[in-house]
Formats: sequence, structure tokens, C-alpha cells
Amino acid sequence: MTQEDLTITDPKMTAKGVNVFYGEKQAINDVSIDVGTDLVTAFIGPSGCGKSTFLRSLNRMNDTVAGAKVTGRIELDGEDIYAPSMDVVQLRARVGMVFQKPNPFPKSIYDNVAYGPRIHGLAPNKSDLDGIVEKALTRAGLWDEVKDRLGESGTALSGGQQQRLCIARAIAVDPEVVLMDEPCSALDPIATAKIEELIHELRGKFAIVIVTHNMQQAARVSQRTAFFHLGTLVEYGKTTDIFTNPKQERTKDYITGRYG
Amino acid sequence: MSKMTSPTDWKGGAMQARIAKRYAAERRFRLFGLGAVLLSGLFLAFLLFTMVGNGLRGFTYTNVAVPVDFKAMPLTVDASRLGDADADQVIANAGLADIVAFAADEALGDGGSAMISENAWKEVRSAIKDDPELLQGKTVFHLPTSSEVDIAAKEGAKGVLGAKVDALTRDGKLSTGIHSPFFKNADATDPAVAGIWGALKGSVLTILIAFLIAFPTGVLAALYLEEYAPKNRWTDLIEVSINNLAAVPSIIFGLLALAVFINWFGICQASALVGGLTLALMTMPVIVIASRNAIKSVPPSIRDAALGVGASPVQVVFHHVLPLALPGILTGTIIGMARALGETAPLLLIGMRAFIGDVPSGVCSPATVLPMQIFLWSDEVDRGFVEKTSAAIIVLLIVLLSMNALAIYLRNKFEKRW
Repeated sequence: MTQEDLTITDPKMTAKGVNVFYGEKQAINDVSIDVGTDLVTAFIGPSGCGKSTFLRSLNRMNDTVAGAKVTGRIELDGEDIYAPSMDVVQLRARVGMVFQKPNPFPKSIYDNVAYGPRIHGLAPNKSDLDGIVEKALTRAGLWDEVKDRLGESGTALSGGQQQRLCIARAIAVDPEVVLMDEPCSALDPIATAKIEELIHELRGKFAIVIVTHNMQQAARVSQRTAFFHLGTLVEYGKTTDIFTNPKQERTKDYITGRYG
Repeated sequence: MSKMTSPTDWKGGAMQARIAKRYAAERRFRLFGLGAVLLSGLFLAFLLFTMVGNGLRGFTYTNVAVPVDFKAMPLTVDASRLGDADADQVIANAGLADIVAFAADEALGDGGSAMISENAWKEVRSAIKDDPELLQGKTVFHLPTSSEVDIAAKEGAKGVLGAKVDALTRDGKLSTGIHSPFFKNADATDPAVAGIWGALKGSVLTILIAFLIAFPTGVLAALYLEEYAPKNRWTDLIEVSINNLAAVPSIIFGLLALAVFINWFGICQASALVGGLTLALMTMPVIVIASRNAIKSVPPSIRDAALGVGASPVQVVFHHVLPLALPGILTGTIIGMARALGETAPLLLIGMRAFIGDVPSGVCSPATVLPMQIFLWSDEVDRGFVEKTSAAIIVLLIVLLSMNALAIYLRNKFEKRW
């Protein structure tokens, strides 16, 4: 793996020699990667290559899977997130997550967004909370569509709106990193375009890591791309380099559509 | 093989026969289904018809007008003592029962005192307590008849009794009214004063205690097993045990309760408290199973979403999983409770089949429950208890139906759609 063309001087998250096991099976094998602070990083690769697994180990969502084990070191701002001193609840507030299928709570739109700030005590009073909700929904590009019906159920929205609501919910607690696990795979092309536009706008405010199996999407939204195959990180570099001038044979085969 | 490649003959005789057979099977299946529905409907109609037919008469009672003249037969009691706590005893000792019996003999002819209930004088007593002025003159009291007269008046009778009742009816001395003691009293040997209220209150207290114990315990156990417990051989063993416990015959729970609650802990026997504990024991496995199923059906994506914004496991459970599982939990619980309400076998063993003549005053006083009261009354020789039994069944069914209605209401109220 080549590292010399990486210009990440101030990594938000760093993984060093990470292995992930599900019981006896090893899903991730010795992955080391830096995630830039102001960048969108895309993880691509064929199905079952471990990109989602690795993403979920970045905010310890793998902890909820029985038999999952992570070795190696993953740092957030230089702090080991698997250290006993790290509070996993706080970690997940700092490293937010958007899932593959839109999963709003069966509560009102307002309560969906307000849930995170409420449990973390971010808003001392109602007007602060209103402000946080409005800001998050505005950032997620949903405010104009829902401002008159904040009391309606979040599940009554369309699929694309639901996913943007989930993004608003994730950014309402003001995380440092937002992990997105194939956020557009359940959406139609128009909703997908809106989410991609949103990712562009959110870049710089949060470090964004997106898993996608859509290579055009990775090329459109990201500045860095990591190609995973069979649980290993094959190649990591600037998105333009990966797509125009891949150094590894396997990367080339994948992006030219020879397998995957 | 030209046969294999030749086009299928969709219009051929074999194909037509197959279609006809398929249609016949379809018709047969529908007929069987309809027959099953009709049969169960018939059973239900029969049950309701006999119960309501018999039972409605159990809610009414025949009274007879008997004038009592206290001027001719004075009741010598100190009027100032009528407000005392022992006023009942004072009036009884003064011989009111004899006065009323004599008045009945006079009013209804020979054997008249046998035509009124042996407890009829107690009606007069409570009237006197309410209004001591009655002692100064002659008053017509509508006293409950004896059980035989009541039945004769309702169903008609032959012989001497029939003739007497017919005569009374002609004279307009008999009247039928709502049987208020039935809704106020506990069990009694005389159908004229036997009531369902004691058993109903006993049932409510027992079920309340069973609910207060079984619901939190069952739900917490289910939550722990589903959300926290590691999946290993021990939790598998616990799951199997709970499933088996739900299938244990209820009488065995009664024996267990007798051994543990009464003999070991010495909890007041035959009381709503020990009955509730027993039924809680019996219902808890059902609640655990229903709750686990309800919790399992909460989509994992909701848990992920909550964990993803940094909710702690307890917050995930109480903010998301429990509210979403609540309709299922409540439905299971209320069905379990309804079953417990109809349960008799385990309560036989902890002394609740005793004759309890008083309405239970608290959870520790002797009590009985509705199904037990039905069982006891159905065993009585006095024919007056036949319709009381049916009336008690109607009361039990009404309580059960309201509990089921509550279950449906709660499920609809808490149901969230996605």
C-alpha cells in the first residue's frame, strides 16, 4: 500500500493495524488508515469486503454484535477509542452514524432530531432546543420541507426525507465525525442526488466517512477513497488518483468493473 | 422424445379433470371452514342463551308485602341506642325476628312465616335503624320471600305452594325488583341474601395483587433476557424453564403456594394476598414469554439508531424498545390476567374454597373469587342458587369481556405505525 501521496497532516481518526473478528471468522485484516478532518472519505469495495464492518468499528457499533472483537488501535484525536477510559456513549455522540436503511424513530420529526440533544443535555431550555432542531434540519436540507409539520411522525416522510431526517438527527448532537453506511442504497436517484449534495455542504463542518458500493458516488462526493477487498485495505489515496490512476491491479480491476 | 417437446394440452380431458378436482377441493375446504365457524357460533349462542336466560332472573328477587304493626307488637328497645355500633345486636336480642315472623303469619295466613326469607327481618332492622319512627306505628314492608316462593313466583309451581303463590299474586302482594343484596353481600346459605360482591371484590383484589407482582417482574425479566443477558447455555436453560413453567398445570402452583406462602412464610391463608401471589406465580411465565416476543419484534434498526446518537443501553430500552413493545406486552399481560381471573384450581388449595360470609375488608382478610363462588353455588342444594350461579357467571363474563376490551383499547392506543 502506498502512503506517500496522502496529504493528511491532521487526521481526525487514525486506525493502526486493526483486525475485526466475528467469532472465529476474521472480517478485517490489519487495516491502517487516517481519516482527514475536513475531508469526505469513501470506502468502496465489493459486497462482503468488510468496509461496513470497519466503519462500524470506528464508533464501536460492533460492540453490539455478539462475538465481535476488535484488535489494534483506533484513535479519535489521538485518543484510543477502545481504551477502558473511553465512554462509549460519549464516543457515539462524537462519532455519529447514518445507516443504510432510513431508521427514524416512530416519533415526531421534532422529537427525532431533539432526541440526541435531550439525552446529552445539550439544550438547557426549550428555545435552545428549538434552535438546535432548526439548525440541524436546515443543515440537512429538510427544514423548508418540514417546518410546518414538525409534530408529524418521522415515519410518514418519504424515503429520501427520512434519510435526511436521520442525518439531521446525527448532526444535531454536533458530532466531530459522521459515519454513513451506504446512506443512498435504499433511495431513488433524485433522493440520492439530494443526499450527495448535502454531503458536499456538510464537508468541512464534520469529518465524513461514507461507505458506498456505487463507485460513481464515491467519485462524486469524496476527496479520499479507500478500496477494500476480502477484509484488507488494498489501496487508499486521493479519489482522483484511485479512479484515474490506480496503483494496484485489484483496484483497477474493480473500478473498471471486472468484478464486484 | 417427441412427447416431452409437444406443447401442453391445456384443453385435454386429463387437464379438465384436474381443474375440476382442484375446484372441488377448494369448495370442500370452504364448507369445512364455514361449518367450523357455525358450530362454534352455535355453542356460543347456546351458552349465552342458557346463561342469560337463567342468569337474568338471578339479578331479581320476589318480595312480598307484609304489614308490621309495632303498636300491637311493640319492640322494646332504647331508641337512643339505635345509633350505636352494636345496634344490630340490640335489635336482634329484642326479638324482632319473632315479631316479623308473627306479622307474616298474620298477613299471609298459616305458614306465612315460612314464605318469607329467614333473613327478612334483617331488612326490617335496617329500616328501623334508618328511621326509628317506624317503631311507633304500622308499616308495610316489602320483604324478600323464601327461596321456594321466589322460584314458584318466577317459574310457577303446583300444589299447595303454587296455590298460595297464585293467591298472593292475585292480591298484588308480590312484587319483583332488582335484588340489591346480590350486589352488596358476600356468600350466604340463604339465596335471599347471598351476594356476589364479596367474590367480585375478592377477585379484583387478587388480580390486582397478581398484576402488581407479575407485571413488573415479568417485564423486567423479559427485558433482561432479551437486551442484556449473554446468549449462552445458562440463558438457554432459563428460557426452556420459563417455557415449561408456562405449561405447568395450575393446581401444582396451588400446592407450591400452599407449601411456600402459607406453611413457610405464614402469609394469611385464604386471603386475596396469598391468592394474588399464587396467580402471579402462574401468570409470570406467560407475561415473560409475551414480553420477550414483543421485545424481539422491535426492529433492530431502532436500537441502532438510538445507540448511534449516543443513547446508553438503559436509555435505548426505556426510550425506544419498551414503548414500542408495550402494546404486545400489555396484550399478553391482560390475556394472562384474564386467564388468572378464571382460575380456580390453585386457589382451592390455599383455602379460598371456604365459605366466606363477609365481604373482604382488605388483602389479608378471608376472601373468595368469582369462579370459586360459581363452583360453590353450583354445589348448593337450594334451588334458588341455580339462578344465582348463572348470574355469577354473567358477572364473571362481563369482567372478562371488559378486561379484553381494555386490552384492545390499550393496544390500539400505544400502537405506533411505520
